[in-house]
Amino acid sequence: MAKKMALIATKGTLDMAYPPFILASTAAALGWEVQIFFTFYGLQLLRKNLKSIKISPLANPAMPMPVPMPVFVQMLPGMESMATMMMKQKMKSKGVASLTELRDLCQEAEVKFVACQMTVDLFEFQKSDFIDNIEYGGAATFMKFAGESDVCLFI
Amino acid sequence: MNFDKEYDASGLACPLPIVKTKKALSDMASGQVLKVLSTDPGSVCDMAAFAEQTGNALLEQGSENNKFVFYLKKA
Repeated sequence: MAKKMALIATKGTLDMAYPPFILASTAAALGWEVQIFFTFYGLQLLRKNLKSIKISPLANPAMPMPVPMPVFVQMLPGMESMATMMMKQKMKSKGVASLTELRDLCQEAEVKFVACQMTVDLFEFQKSDFIDNIEYGGAATFMKFAGESDVCLFI
Repeated sequence: MNFDKEYDASGLACPLPIVKTKKALSDMASGQVLKVLSTDPGSVCDMAAFAEQTGNALLEQGSENNKFVFYLKKA
């Protein structure tokens, strides 16, 4: 029987969006059955357009900067967009897949995406905000699959 | 080594070499051999792990023109 992996994706920043999609697409390629439960800010990863997924230099001292930048400069308008643009360029030049490409690969490989209904309601998302072929459920839905899983991670 | 199909994953980073190798294998028949080229140093360990977990035998691996080369026999 195929191994199973259950992931919870809770973050909506660019750096934290990668791990669930990387692990899920890889596990699926290895023949694993995979389910990702998207909750809180992780719901952003299910939006049709992933352009709002950004990386923030703020409160992120590990982020490499081309020049040392004081925190009050990092707070200025446009800094987040600039950091995101630079990170995306860097990723492209290193052959790292875009989030959209990885997400498509997951769906192609039949990774099951579950949106947390409670947080969908909390943030007043519409189903039309999200991509197709996702399910809506709660903690019990996740626990059912997680209970049978070989690997279970909270990201 | 003889092979039936070649897939070039040069320039791609994790997890693409593995995910795309899996896709390249999907339309092949059991027993056929896929040659994979990669420039990702991580793919050396990853391809062995992929072979072990999927049953597609890693017949041979090495390097060719500064690229990593793998021969996988489809299970």
